[in-house]
Amino acid sequence: MSDWFLIIYCGLITYLTRFSMIALLKKEMFNDRIREVLSYVPSAIFPAIIFPAIFLDSSGSFELADNPKILAAIIATCVGIFSRSILATIFSGLASYWAIIFI
Amino acid sequence: MNSNFKIFLKGITDVSPLMIPVVPFGLIFGILSIDIGFSPLATMGMSLIIFGGASQIILLQLFSGGASSLVIISSVGAVNSRHLLYGAVVSEHVSDLKLIWKIIISYFLIDQAFAVSNEYFKKYKEKNKYFHLIGGGFTCWVVWQTTTFLGIILGAAIPEKLGLSFAIPLTFLAILVNDFRKFINVIVIIVSGLVATFGFNYIPYKAYVIVAALAGLFTAFILTKLKKDYE
Repeated sequence: MSDWFLIIYCGLITYLTRFSMIALLKKEMFNDRIREVLSYVPSAIFPAIIFPAIFLDSSGSFELADNPKILAAIIATCVGIFSRSILATIFSGLASYWAIIFI
Repeated sequence: MNSNFKIFLKGITDVSPLMIPVVPFGLIFGILSIDIGFSPLATMGMSLIIFGGASQIILLQLFSGGASSLVIISSVGAVNSRHLLYGAVVSEHVSDLKLIWKIIISYFLIDQAFAVSNEYFKKYKEKNKYFHLIGGGFTCWVVWQTTTFLGIILGAAIPEKLGLSFAIPLTFLAILVNDFRKFINVIVIIVSGLVATFGFNYIPYKAYVIVAALAGLFTAFILTKLKKDYE
């Protein structure tokens, strides 16, 4: 599949998830239980990107010793917990990563 | 009743503080996309056609890892399933509108605009209150396209040695800052992360994102039920 088809299909599925409920939904279709579970979607999906990107190397093997990403991610998480700031989390993570690899 | 334009402007002011974290996100997306080998045109096309930060970055991540198109598209769908929730909440406020407005509003139904407009919709009953969401969504659209463009330009200048691919897990980590303090969320985060990490080499077709997300949601389903029974 060419890159452009991939982009268009990803765009379509993104748009459809936004449009479908607005266009089709009758209020009763979503009960509180489904809403509650759906509110956990970010917590359920983002770690699936975060963890492998930190703990595995590009070939998919564990990289636990001598891995600056682990320490930087721990620092970023702590900063995130205390500051609740998205910006502070990203920048503290990047800054500590660079501090570890360049110093 | 406020004029359409006034409500549109209110949407812009309300969403503005939330635009600050979008800036590094957009820059990182532009830089990485060029880094991975997409053309500037395709990179801009992603931001225009998909217009969703998490979807676009997952696309990059899986594409660079050699996942098949089907897996990429379904992972993007999984990331986007949260929009079903937004749509469900917004639908009751816009149910009387013409289809054309629903089509336009859907394009702008993004995390930040939803967050502020949902609050606005709860407070105000005006018929034209949906202009608030369009104002917020449009603001984010401008910021996203601009930062993507700047990222494309920077991408050519930034050395690979900076290890900017580490910015992907960091930006997603940052999105979760408000969830770190909630017990059920933390468990869900750990389950999903472990399933993805240990399943990375064993789950076929790079479908680890989907499998881990389902495992996480199932955990949330069980834990919220237990919590309710306990209460």
